[in-house]
Amino acid sequence: MRLSGEEQDILAGKQGAVHQQALQHQIKVGEFFGAADFVPVTQAHIMADTESLGEAGVLWLEGLAADARKDSVRVPTITDPRGTDFSKASMLGQTAAMLDLERRAIAAFEKLGVTMTDTCINYQTIQAPVRNEHVAFGDTGVVIYSNSVCGAFSNFEGGPSALAAGLTGRTPRYGFHLAEQRRATLRIHVDFSPRSLNDWGALGGVIGRIAGNYWAVPVIEGIDAPPLSDQLKHFGAAMASFGSTALYHIAGVTPEAYRAADVASDDLPGHRVARGDVIALQKSYHTDTGVDVVVFSAPQLSLYELRDLASLCDGRRFMVPLLAVTSPQVKPDADRAGYTARIEHAGGHVLSGMCFYQSYAREIAEANGWKRLATNSAKLVNILGGYGYRPMLASMEACVEAAASGELRLT
Amino acid sequence: MTVFRARHAMGREVQGIALVAQDGFSARYDLDRTGGVFSRPTHKLAGQSYVGKVLVLDTAKGGVATAWMLHEMASRGIVPLALVLNSVNPILAQGAAFGNVPLLAGFDVDITRAIPDGSTVAIDPDAHTINIVGG
Repeated sequence: MRLSGEEQDILAGKQGAVHQQALQHQIKVGEFFGAADFVPVTQAHIMADTESLGEAGVLWLEGLAADARKDSVRVPTITDPRGTDFSKASMLGQTAAMLDLERRAIAAFEKLGVTMTDTCINYQTIQAPVRNEHVAFGDTGVVIYSNSVCGAFSNFEGGPSALAAGLTGRTPRYGFHLAEQRRATLRIHVDFSPRSLNDWGALGGVIGRIAGNYWAVPVIEGIDAPPLSDQLKHFGAAMASFGSTALYHIAGVTPEAYRAADVASDDLPGHRVARGDVIALQKSYHTDTGVDVVVFSAPQLSLYELRDLASLCDGRRFMVPLLAVTSPQVKPDADRAGYTARIEHAGGHVLSGMCFYQSYAREIAEANGWKRLATNSAKLVNILGGYGYRPMLASMEACVEAAASGELRLT
Repeated sequence: MTVFRARHAMGREVQGIALVAQDGFSARYDLDRTGGVFSRPTHKLAGQSYVGKVLVLDTAKGGVATAWMLHEMASRGIVPLALVLNSVNPILAQGAAFGNVPLLAGFDVDITRAIPDGSTVAIDPDAHTINIVGG
Protein backbone atom coordinates (compact mmCIF):
# COMPACT_ATOMS: atom_id res chain seq x y z
CA MET A 1 0.00 0.00 0.00
CA ARG A 2 1.08 3.58 -0.68
CA LEU A 3 1.59 5.32 2.67
CA SER A 4 1.57 9.06 3.38
CA GLY A 5 4.29 10.62 5.52
CA GLU A 6 1.99 10.58 8.54
CA GLU A 7 1.15 6.92 7.95
CA GLN A 8 4.85 6.08 7.71
CA ASP A 9 5.37 7.82 11.04
CA ILE A 10 2.53 5.87 12.64
CA LEU A 11 3.97 2.63 11.26
CA ALA A 12 7.38 3.53 12.66
CA GLY A 13 5.83 3.92 16.10
CA LYS A 14 6.32 7.69 16.32
CA GLN A 15 2.73 8.11 17.55
CA GLY A 16 2.91 5.25 20.04
CA ALA A 17 2.42 1.52 20.12
CA VAL A 18 -1.39 1.64 20.07
CA HIS A 19 -1.57 3.47 16.75
CA GLN A 20 1.32 1.48 15.30
CA GLN A 21 -0.46 -1.79 16.05
CA ALA A 22 -3.70 -0.44 14.58
CA LEU A 23 -2.06 0.59 11.32
CA GLN A 24 -0.18 -2.71 11.03
CA HIS A 25 -3.51 -4.54 11.23
CA GLN A 26 -5.07 -2.24 8.64
CA ILE A 27 -2.17 -2.74 6.23
CA LYS A 28 -2.48 -6.52 6.52
CA VAL A 29 -6.17 -6.32 5.58
CA GLY A 30 -5.64 -3.64 2.93
CA GLU A 31 -2.90 -5.59 1.18
CA PHE A 32 -5.04 -8.75 1.23
CA PHE A 33 -7.68 -6.88 -0.79
CA GLY A 34 -5.19 -4.97 -2.95
CA ALA A 35 -5.98 -1.52 -1.50
CA ALA A 36 -3.85 1.19 -3.12
CA ASP A 37 -3.89 3.51 -0.11
CA PHE A 38 -5.89 4.71 2.89
CA VAL A 39 -8.98 6.92 2.87
CA PRO A 40 -9.80 9.27 5.80
CA VAL A 41 -12.95 8.39 7.76
CA THR A 42 -15.15 10.67 9.85
CA GLN A 43 -16.76 8.14 12.21
CA ALA A 44 -16.11 4.61 13.46
CA HIS A 45 -18.58 2.15 15.01
CA ILE A 46 -17.34 -0.93 16.86
CA MET A 47 -19.12 -4.27 17.30
CA ALA A 48 -17.62 -5.67 20.48
CA ASP A 49 -19.96 -7.77 22.61
CA THR A 50 -18.00 -9.94 25.01
CA GLU A 51 -19.50 -13.19 23.77
CA SER A 52 -17.54 -12.49 20.60
CA LEU A 53 -14.41 -11.12 22.28
CA GLY A 54 -14.15 -13.74 24.99
CA GLU A 55 -11.47 -13.49 27.63
CA ALA A 56 -8.82 -13.33 24.90
CA GLY A 57 -10.38 -10.32 23.18
CA VAL A 58 -10.90 -8.45 26.45
CA LEU A 59 -7.28 -9.10 27.47
CA TRP A 60 -6.17 -7.74 24.10
CA LEU A 61 -8.30 -4.62 24.61
CA GLU A 62 -6.94 -4.14 28.11
CA GLY A 63 -3.42 -4.39 26.71
CA LEU A 64 -4.18 -1.61 24.24
CA ALA A 65 -5.87 0.48 26.92
CA ALA A 66 -2.83 0.25 29.18
CA ASP A 67 -0.92 2.35 26.63
CA ALA A 68 -3.86 4.58 25.67
CA ARG A 69 -4.93 8.15 26.30
CA LYS A 70 -8.45 9.59 26.31
CA ASP A 71 -7.72 11.14 22.94
CA SER A 72 -6.39 7.93 21.44
CA VAL A 73 -9.25 7.75 18.94
CA ARG A 74 -8.90 10.40 16.24
CA VAL A 75 -12.55 10.49 15.09
CA PRO A 76 -15.84 9.93 16.94
CA THR A 77 -15.80 6.21 17.72
CA ILE A 78 -18.95 4.61 19.09
CA THR A 79 -20.14 1.13 20.03
CA ASP A 80 -22.64 -1.46 18.87
CA PRO A 81 -24.85 -3.17 21.51
CA ARG A 82 -23.20 -4.69 24.54
CA GLY A 83 -23.74 -8.24 25.75
CA THR A 84 -26.13 -7.26 28.51
CA ASP A 85 -28.48 -4.73 30.01
CA PHE A 86 -26.99 -4.72 33.50
CA SER A 87 -30.36 -3.90 35.08
CA LYS A 88 -31.98 -6.97 33.45
CA ALA A 89 -29.09 -9.44 33.63
CA SER A 90 -30.57 -11.55 36.42
CA MET A 91 -33.88 -11.86 34.57
CA LEU A 92 -31.93 -13.09 31.53
CA GLY A 93 -30.04 -15.61 33.64
CA GLN A 94 -26.64 -14.15 32.79
CA THR A 95 -23.77 -15.01 35.13
CA ALA A 96 -21.49 -12.79 37.21
CA ALA A 97 -18.58 -13.85 34.99
CA MET A 98 -20.37 -12.54 31.88
CA LEU A 99 -21.07 -9.20 33.56
CA ASP A 100 -17.51 -8.92 34.84
CA LEU A 101 -16.17 -9.42 31.32
CA GLU A 102 -18.57 -6.74 30.07
CA ARG A 103 -17.40 -4.27 32.72
CA ARG A 104 -13.76 -4.90 31.85
CA ALA A 105 -14.41 -4.36 28.13
CA ILE A 106 -16.29 -1.12 28.82
CA ALA A 107 -13.47 0.18 31.04
CA ALA A 108 -10.90 -0.58 28.34
CA PHE A 109 -12.91 1.12 25.60
CA GLU A 110 -13.42 4.19 27.76
CA LYS A 111 -9.66 4.43 28.36
CA LEU A 112 -9.19 4.48 24.59
CA GLY A 113 -11.68 7.36 24.26
CA VAL A 114 -14.46 5.28 22.72
CA THR A 115 -18.00 6.60 23.37
CA MET A 116 -20.25 3.81 24.67
CA THR A 117 -23.41 4.36 22.64
CA ASP A 118 -24.29 0.63 22.60
CA THR A 119 -26.55 0.86 19.59
CA CYS A 120 -26.99 -0.81 16.21
CA ILE A 121 -29.33 1.94 15.00
CA ASN A 122 -26.88 4.84 15.22
CA TYR A 123 -28.16 6.02 11.83
CA GLN A 124 -31.50 6.67 13.57
CA THR A 125 -30.22 7.83 16.97
CA ILE A 126 -26.67 9.24 16.90
CA GLN A 127 -25.67 10.74 13.55
CA ALA A 128 -26.55 9.34 10.15
CA PRO A 129 -23.72 9.66 7.63
CA VAL A 130 -24.36 11.67 4.49
CA ARG A 131 -23.83 10.81 0.85
CA ASN A 132 -20.16 10.23 -0.10
CA GLU A 133 -19.04 10.31 3.55
CA HIS A 134 -16.38 7.66 4.18
CA VAL A 135 -16.95 5.86 7.50
CA ALA A 136 -15.76 2.68 9.23
CA PHE A 137 -18.86 1.04 10.61
CA GLY A 138 -19.28 -2.33 12.27
CA ASP A 139 -22.59 -4.22 12.47
CA THR A 140 -23.72 -5.34 9.05
CA GLY A 141 -27.14 -3.73 9.48
CA VAL A 142 -25.53 -0.36 10.12
CA VAL A 143 -23.23 -0.70 7.12
CA ILE A 144 -25.91 -1.73 4.63
CA TYR A 145 -28.25 1.08 5.78
CA SER A 146 -25.46 3.67 5.67
CA ASN A 147 -24.24 2.56 2.23
CA SER A 148 -27.64 2.07 0.65
CA VAL A 149 -30.04 4.56 2.24
CA CYS A 150 -27.57 7.30 3.18
CA GLY A 151 -25.18 6.86 0.24
CA ALA A 152 -22.18 6.76 2.60
CA PHE A 153 -19.08 4.62 1.91
CA SER A 154 -18.23 1.77 4.29
CA ASN A 155 -17.09 -1.82 4.28
CA PHE A 156 -18.07 -4.24 7.00
CA GLU A 157 -15.52 -3.31 9.65
CA GLY A 158 -15.21 -5.98 12.33
CA GLY A 159 -14.40 -4.87 15.87
CA PRO A 160 -10.58 -4.82 15.69
CA SER A 161 -10.68 -3.08 12.30
CA ALA A 162 -13.29 -0.49 13.32
CA LEU A 163 -11.27 0.29 16.45
CA ALA A 164 -8.15 0.58 14.30
CA ALA A 165 -9.98 3.01 12.01
CA GLY A 166 -11.11 5.08 15.00
CA LEU A 167 -7.53 5.19 16.27
CA THR A 168 -5.89 6.10 12.96
CA GLY A 169 -8.77 8.10 11.45
CA ARG A 170 -8.53 6.16 8.19
CA THR A 171 -9.25 2.81 6.61
CA PRO A 172 -7.86 0.88 3.63
CA ARG A 173 -9.45 2.04 0.37
CA TYR A 174 -11.03 -1.12 -1.06
CA GLY A 175 -14.52 -2.55 -1.56
CA PHE A 176 -17.37 -0.09 -1.13
CA HIS A 177 -15.04 2.89 -0.69
CA LEU A 178 -14.50 2.60 -4.47
CA ALA A 179 -17.16 4.04 -6.79
CA GLU A 180 -16.81 1.23 -9.34
CA GLN A 181 -17.57 -1.39 -6.67
CA ARG A 182 -20.92 0.26 -5.94
CA ARG A 183 -22.58 -0.41 -9.29
CA ALA A 184 -25.27 -3.08 -9.32
CA THR A 185 -24.32 -6.63 -10.21
CA LEU A 186 -27.84 -8.07 -10.40
CA ARG A 187 -31.39 -6.83 -10.93
CA ILE A 188 -34.26 -7.88 -8.68
CA HIS A 189 -37.84 -7.17 -9.77
CA VAL A 190 -40.40 -7.47 -6.99
CA ASP A 191 -44.08 -7.69 -7.89
CA PHE A 192 -45.36 -6.37 -4.56
CA SER A 193 -44.34 -3.91 -1.85
CA PRO A 194 -44.26 -5.27 1.70
CA ARG A 195 -45.92 -3.37 4.52
CA SER A 196 -45.09 -5.18 7.78
CA LEU A 197 -41.57 -5.24 9.21
CA ASN A 198 -41.42 -9.05 9.08
CA ASP A 199 -42.38 -9.01 5.40
CA TRP A 200 -39.71 -6.38 4.69
CA GLY A 201 -37.20 -8.48 6.58
CA ALA A 202 -38.23 -11.64 4.75
CA LEU A 203 -37.90 -9.84 1.41
CA GLY A 204 -34.42 -8.75 2.44
CA GLY A 205 -33.63 -12.35 3.33
CA VAL A 206 -34.86 -13.66 -0.04
CA ILE A 207 -32.81 -11.07 -1.92
CA GLY A 208 -29.77 -11.71 0.31
CA ARG A 209 -29.90 -15.41 -0.52
CA ILE A 210 -30.08 -14.61 -4.24
CA ALA A 211 -27.23 -12.08 -4.03
CA GLY A 212 -25.22 -14.62 -2.07
CA ASN A 213 -22.01 -12.83 -1.21
CA TYR A 214 -20.49 -9.56 -0.04
CA TRP A 215 -19.48 -8.27 -3.46
CA ALA A 216 -22.94 -8.65 -5.04
CA VAL A 217 -24.95 -5.41 -5.29
CA PRO A 218 -28.64 -5.85 -6.08
CA VAL A 219 -30.73 -3.09 -7.64
CA ILE A 220 -34.38 -3.55 -6.76
CA GLU A 221 -37.21 -2.42 -8.98
CA GLY A 222 -40.97 -2.48 -8.38
CA ILE A 223 -41.23 -0.90 -4.93
CA ASP A 224 -44.31 1.28 -5.27
CA ALA A 225 -43.84 3.85 -2.49
CA PRO A 226 -40.98 5.22 -0.39
CA PRO A 227 -40.39 2.77 2.46
CA LEU A 228 -40.01 4.01 6.04
CA SER A 229 -36.71 4.02 7.88
CA ASP A 230 -37.78 1.12 10.12
CA GLN A 231 -38.86 -0.90 7.09
CA LEU A 232 -35.50 -0.38 5.39
CA LYS A 233 -33.79 -1.13 8.70
CA HIS A 234 -35.32 -4.64 8.77
CA PHE A 235 -34.94 -5.08 5.00
CA GLY A 236 -31.22 -4.28 4.99
CA ALA A 237 -30.38 -6.06 8.24
CA ALA A 238 -31.92 -9.26 6.91
CA MET A 239 -30.28 -8.92 3.48
CA ALA A 240 -26.90 -8.44 5.15
CA SER A 241 -27.53 -11.38 7.44
CA PHE A 242 -28.75 -13.86 4.82
CA GLY A 243 -26.40 -12.76 2.06
CA SER A 244 -23.52 -10.88 3.71
CA THR A 245 -24.71 -8.08 1.43
CA ALA A 246 -23.38 -4.58 2.20
CA LEU A 247 -25.07 -2.40 -0.44
CA TYR A 248 -28.31 -2.40 -2.41
CA HIS A 249 -30.08 0.16 -4.51
CA ILE A 250 -33.84 0.67 -4.82
CA ALA A 251 -34.74 2.42 -8.05
CA GLY A 252 -36.41 5.74 -7.29
CA VAL A 253 -35.74 5.49 -3.56
CA THR A 254 -32.05 5.26 -2.61
CA PRO A 255 -29.78 8.17 -3.51
CA GLU A 256 -27.47 6.53 -6.04
CA ALA A 257 -30.33 5.07 -8.12
CA TYR A 258 -32.74 7.78 -9.16
CA ARG A 259 -33.34 5.30 -11.98
CA ALA A 260 -32.06 1.73 -12.19
CA ALA A 261 -30.00 2.77 -15.23
CA ASP A 262 -27.93 5.04 -12.97
CA VAL A 263 -26.32 2.01 -11.35
CA ALA A 264 -27.10 -0.93 -13.64
CA SER A 265 -26.41 -1.95 -17.22
CA ASP A 266 -29.17 -3.66 -19.23
CA ASP A 267 -27.38 -6.98 -19.46
CA LEU A 268 -27.24 -7.74 -15.74
CA PRO A 269 -28.69 -11.05 -14.59
CA GLY A 270 -32.30 -10.56 -13.49
CA HIS A 271 -34.46 -12.27 -10.87
CA ARG A 272 -38.14 -11.95 -10.04
CA VAL A 273 -39.27 -12.11 -6.44
CA ALA A 274 -42.94 -12.68 -5.71
CA ARG A 275 -45.00 -12.42 -2.55
CA GLY A 276 -45.00 -16.23 -2.48
CA ASP A 277 -41.21 -16.25 -2.03
CA VAL A 278 -41.51 -14.01 1.03
CA ILE A 279 -44.29 -16.17 2.49
CA ALA A 280 -42.29 -19.33 1.78
CA LEU A 281 -39.24 -18.03 3.65
CA GLN A 282 -41.37 -17.27 6.71
CA LYS A 283 -43.20 -20.60 6.56
CA SER A 284 -39.88 -22.46 6.43
CA TYR A 285 -39.28 -21.35 10.04
CA HIS A 286 -42.74 -22.31 11.32
CA THR A 287 -41.79 -25.57 12.97
CA ASP A 288 -44.09 -25.46 15.98
CA THR A 289 -47.15 -23.76 17.37
CA GLY A 290 -45.92 -23.42 20.96
CA VAL A 291 -43.72 -20.52 21.98
CA ASP A 292 -41.28 -20.25 24.94
CA VAL A 293 -40.22 -16.64 24.46
CA VAL A 294 -41.09 -13.66 22.25
CA VAL A 295 -38.27 -11.31 21.25
CA PHE A 296 -38.23 -7.98 19.43
CA SER A 297 -34.61 -7.15 18.67
CA ALA A 298 -32.04 -7.20 15.86
CA PRO A 299 -32.06 -4.37 15.05
CA GLN A 300 -32.87 -2.47 18.24
CA LEU A 301 -36.36 -0.97 18.20
CA SER A 302 -36.99 2.63 17.28
CA LEU A 303 -39.33 4.85 19.27
CA TYR A 304 -42.01 4.24 16.64
CA GLU A 305 -41.70 0.45 16.91
CA LEU A 306 -42.02 0.71 20.70
CA ARG A 307 -45.07 2.92 20.22
CA ASP A 308 -46.68 0.24 18.03
CA LEU A 309 -45.72 -2.48 20.48
CA ALA A 310 -47.13 -0.57 23.44
CA SER A 311 -50.48 -0.27 21.65
CA LEU A 312 -50.57 -4.01 21.03
CA CYS A 313 -49.75 -4.71 24.69
CA ASP A 314 -52.66 -2.71 26.10
CA GLY A 315 -55.16 -4.96 27.87
CA ARG A 316 -52.93 -8.06 27.58
CA ARG A 317 -51.38 -10.31 30.22
CA PHE A 318 -48.46 -12.33 28.92
CA MET A 319 -47.97 -15.99 29.85
CA VAL A 320 -44.55 -16.32 28.19
CA PRO A 321 -41.72 -13.77 28.43
CA LEU A 322 -41.79 -10.92 25.91
CA LEU A 323 -38.53 -9.01 25.48
CA ALA A 324 -38.26 -5.74 23.53
CA VAL A 325 -34.73 -4.45 23.04
CA THR A 326 -33.90 -0.85 22.22
CA SER A 327 -30.98 1.56 22.36
CA PRO A 328 -29.89 3.66 25.36
CA GLN A 329 -30.84 6.74 23.32
CA VAL A 330 -34.43 5.60 22.65
CA LYS A 331 -35.16 4.04 26.06
CA PRO A 332 -35.51 7.33 28.01
CA ASP A 333 -37.95 8.63 25.40
CA ALA A 334 -39.93 5.39 25.58
CA ASP A 335 -40.02 5.79 29.36
CA ARG A 336 -41.18 9.41 29.13
CA ALA A 337 -43.80 8.58 26.52
CA GLY A 338 -45.19 5.81 28.72
CA TYR A 339 -44.46 3.04 26.19
CA THR A 340 -42.17 1.15 28.58
CA ALA A 341 -44.80 1.16 31.33
CA ARG A 342 -47.51 -0.11 28.99
CA ILE A 343 -45.32 -2.97 27.72
CA GLU A 344 -44.24 -3.88 31.23
CA HIS A 345 -47.78 -3.64 32.61
CA ALA A 346 -48.67 -6.51 30.28
CA GLY A 347 -45.73 -8.50 31.65
CA GLY A 348 -43.18 -7.64 28.98
CA HIS A 349 -39.63 -6.38 29.46
CA VAL A 350 -37.97 -3.43 27.74
CA LEU A 351 -34.19 -3.84 27.61
CA SER A 352 -31.65 -1.31 26.52
CA GLY A 353 -28.12 -1.19 25.13
CA MET A 354 -27.90 -4.87 24.18
CA CYS A 355 -29.11 -7.07 21.38
CA PHE A 356 -30.61 -10.49 21.95
CA TYR A 357 -28.26 -12.56 19.83
CA GLN A 358 -25.18 -10.70 21.09
CA SER A 359 -26.03 -11.43 24.72
CA TYR A 360 -24.92 -15.02 25.25
CA ALA A 361 -27.97 -16.34 23.43
CA ARG A 362 -27.05 -20.00 23.93
CA GLU A 363 -26.45 -19.64 27.67
CA ILE A 364 -29.61 -17.62 28.37
CA ALA A 365 -31.64 -20.19 26.40
CA GLU A 366 -30.29 -22.95 28.63
CA ALA A 367 -30.80 -20.88 31.81
CA ASN A 368 -34.44 -20.10 30.97
CA GLY A 369 -35.56 -23.16 29.01
CA TRP A 370 -36.07 -21.06 25.87
CA LYS A 371 -36.07 -22.97 22.60
CA ARG A 372 -39.14 -21.97 20.57
CA LEU A 373 -38.73 -18.25 19.92
CA ALA A 374 -41.13 -15.97 18.06
CA THR A 375 -39.93 -12.69 16.56
CA ASN A 376 -40.70 -10.27 13.76
CA SER A 377 -36.99 -10.01 12.90
CA ALA A 378 -35.87 -12.00 9.87
CA LYS A 379 -32.26 -11.32 10.86
CA LEU A 380 -32.83 -12.87 14.27
CA VAL A 381 -34.36 -16.09 12.91
CA ASN A 382 -31.42 -16.46 10.54
CA ILE A 383 -28.91 -16.19 13.36
CA LEU A 384 -30.53 -18.12 16.17
CA GLY A 385 -30.67 -21.54 14.51
CA GLY A 386 -26.95 -21.89 15.17
CA TYR A 387 -27.55 -21.12 18.86
CA GLY A 388 -29.90 -24.08 19.35
CA TYR A 389 -33.19 -22.18 19.09
CA ARG A 390 -36.20 -22.99 16.93
CA PRO A 391 -36.88 -19.42 15.80
CA MET A 392 -40.17 -18.50 14.13
CA LEU A 393 -40.86 -15.39 12.07
CA ALA A 394 -44.22 -13.64 12.27
CA SER A 395 -45.78 -10.20 12.45
CA MET A 396 -45.47 -8.04 15.56
CA GLU A 397 -49.20 -8.57 16.13
CA ALA A 398 -48.93 -12.38 15.92
CA CYS A 399 -45.88 -12.36 18.22
CA VAL A 400 -47.70 -10.30 20.87
CA GLU A 401 -50.67 -12.64 20.60
CA ALA A 402 -48.27 -15.57 21.08
CA ALA A 403 -46.89 -13.98 24.24
CA ALA A 404 -50.44 -13.82 25.60
CA SER A 405 -51.61 -17.27 24.52
CA GLY A 406 -48.38 -19.27 24.33
CA GLU A 407 -49.25 -20.22 20.75
CA LEU A 408 -48.13 -18.68 17.49
CA ARG A 409 -51.09 -18.49 15.14
CA LEU A 410 -50.00 -18.26 11.56
CA THR A 411 -51.81 -15.93 9.26
CA MET B 1 0.77 -32.86 -6.97
CA THR B 2 -2.15 -30.58 -7.83
CA VAL B 3 -1.70 -26.86 -7.17
CA PHE B 4 -4.33 -24.10 -7.05
CA ARG B 5 -3.47 -20.42 -6.89
CA ALA B 6 -5.45 -17.84 -4.88
CA ARG B 7 -5.75 -14.16 -5.74
CA HIS B 8 -5.80 -13.19 -2.05
CA ALA B 9 -3.68 -14.72 0.70
CA MET B 10 -2.37 -14.06 4.20
CA GLY B 11 -0.73 -15.90 7.07
CA ARG B 12 1.81 -18.67 7.64
CA GLU B 13 2.48 -21.97 5.86
CA VAL B 14 0.47 -24.95 7.18
CA GLN B 15 -0.36 -28.52 6.17
CA GLY B 16 -3.44 -30.47 7.24
CA ILE B 17 -6.61 -32.39 6.43
CA ALA B 18 -9.21 -30.61 4.29
CA LEU B 19 -12.84 -30.42 5.44
CA VAL B 20 -14.77 -29.45 2.32
CA ALA B 21 -18.36 -28.38 1.63
CA GLN B 22 -20.29 -26.26 -0.85
CA ASP B 23 -21.59 -24.02 1.89
CA GLY B 24 -20.71 -20.76 3.62
CA PHE B 25 -18.84 -19.82 6.78
CA SER B 26 -19.71 -17.62 9.72
CA ALA B 27 -18.25 -18.21 13.17
CA ARG B 28 -21.34 -16.85 14.92
CA TYR B 29 -24.03 -18.35 12.73
CA ASP B 30 -22.58 -21.78 12.00
CA LEU B 31 -20.41 -22.93 14.90
CA ASP B 32 -20.67 -24.28 18.41
CA ARG B 33 -17.42 -22.62 19.40
CA THR B 34 -17.30 -24.41 22.76
CA GLY B 35 -17.70 -27.88 21.30
CA GLY B 36 -15.69 -27.13 18.16
CA VAL B 37 -18.35 -28.38 15.74
CA PHE B 38 -20.59 -26.92 13.06
CA SER B 39 -23.91 -26.43 14.85
CA ARG B 40 -26.26 -24.74 12.39
CA PRO B 41 -28.66 -27.59 11.55
CA THR B 42 -28.88 -26.67 7.87
CA HIS B 43 -25.11 -26.37 7.34
CA LYS B 44 -23.66 -29.16 5.19
CA LEU B 45 -21.01 -29.82 7.84
CA ALA B 46 -23.50 -29.89 10.77
CA GLY B 47 -22.12 -32.01 13.59
CA GLN B 48 -18.58 -32.21 12.18
CA SER B 49 -15.52 -30.94 14.05
CA TYR B 50 -13.63 -28.06 12.49
CA VAL B 51 -10.76 -28.10 14.99
CA GLY B 52 -7.37 -28.29 13.31
CA LYS B 53 -8.90 -28.72 9.85
CA VAL B 54 -8.29 -26.78 6.67
CA LEU B 55 -11.81 -25.57 5.97
CA VAL B 56 -12.57 -25.36 2.25
CA LEU B 57 -15.89 -23.56 1.74
CA ASP B 58 -17.67 -21.33 -0.73
CA THR B 59 -18.04 -17.89 0.78
CA ALA B 60 -18.08 -15.86 3.98
CA LYS B 61 -21.55 -15.38 5.43
CA GLY B 62 -23.20 -13.49 8.20
CA GLY B 63 -22.13 -10.72 10.47
CA VAL B 64 -19.10 -9.03 11.89
CA ALA B 65 -18.49 -11.25 14.91
CA THR B 66 -16.09 -13.56 13.08
CA ALA B 67 -13.60 -10.67 13.22
CA TRP B 68 -13.28 -11.23 16.98
CA MET B 69 -14.16 -14.90 17.19
CA LEU B 70 -11.25 -16.47 15.29
CA HIS B 71 -8.89 -14.79 17.77
CA GLU B 72 -10.92 -16.05 20.72
CA MET B 73 -11.14 -19.57 19.24
CA ALA B 74 -7.38 -19.58 18.61
CA SER B 75 -6.71 -18.63 22.24
CA ARG B 76 -8.41 -21.91 23.29
CA GLY B 77 -7.01 -24.01 20.46
CA ILE B 78 -10.55 -24.70 19.17
CA VAL B 79 -9.91 -23.18 15.76
CA PRO B 80 -9.56 -24.27 12.12
CA LEU B 81 -5.97 -24.69 10.94
CA ALA B 82 -6.67 -22.53 7.88
CA LEU B 83 -9.53 -21.14 5.81
CA VAL B 84 -9.80 -21.55 2.03
CA LEU B 85 -12.78 -19.99 0.26
CA ASN B 86 -13.98 -19.12 -3.21
CA SER B 87 -14.74 -15.61 -1.96
CA VAL B 88 -14.50 -13.76 1.33
CA ASN B 89 -15.93 -10.64 2.86
CA PRO B 90 -13.81 -8.12 4.74
CA ILE B 91 -14.84 -9.59 8.08
CA LEU B 92 -13.22 -12.94 7.43
CA ALA B 93 -10.03 -11.27 6.25
CA GLN B 94 -10.01 -8.96 9.28
CA GLY B 95 -10.70 -11.91 11.58
CA ALA B 96 -7.96 -14.01 10.02
CA ALA B 97 -5.51 -11.11 10.35
CA PHE B 98 -6.45 -10.56 14.00
CA GLY B 99 -6.58 -14.28 14.86
CA ASN B 100 -3.48 -15.25 12.88
CA VAL B 101 -5.37 -17.89 10.86
CA PRO B 102 -3.99 -18.53 7.34
CA LEU B 103 -6.50 -17.53 4.66
CA LEU B 104 -6.68 -18.05 0.90
CA ALA B 105 -9.50 -16.73 -1.30
CA GLY B 106 -10.37 -16.26 -4.97
CA PHE B 107 -9.56 -19.08 -7.39
CA ASP B 108 -10.05 -19.69 -11.10
CA VAL B 109 -11.91 -22.92 -10.21
CA ASP B 110 -14.61 -23.72 -7.68
CA ILE B 111 -12.20 -24.68 -4.91
CA THR B 112 -14.90 -26.66 -3.05
CA ARG B 113 -15.09 -29.02 -6.07
CA ALA B 114 -11.35 -29.05 -6.72
CA ILE B 115 -10.21 -30.19 -3.25
CA PRO B 116 -11.44 -33.66 -2.19
CA ASP B 117 -12.85 -33.84 1.32
CA GLY B 118 -10.36 -35.55 3.62
CA SER B 119 -7.33 -34.95 1.42
CA THR B 120 -4.08 -33.63 2.86
CA VAL B 121 -3.34 -30.11 1.65
CA ALA B 122 -0.40 -27.74 2.02
CA ILE B 123 -1.00 -23.98 2.14
CA ASP B 124 1.66 -21.42 1.28
CA PRO B 125 0.22 -17.90 1.60
CA ASP B 126 3.40 -16.22 0.38
CA ALA B 127 3.10 -18.18 -2.87
CA HIS B 128 -0.74 -17.82 -2.82
CA THR B 129 -1.07 -21.60 -3.26
CA ILE B 130 -2.86 -24.66 -1.92
CA ASN B 131 -1.44 -28.03 -2.94
CA ILE B 132 -3.05 -31.46 -2.65
CA VAL B 133 -0.23 -33.55 -1.22
CA GLY B 134 -2.11 -36.68 -0.19
CA GLY B 135 -5.43 -38.49 -0.61
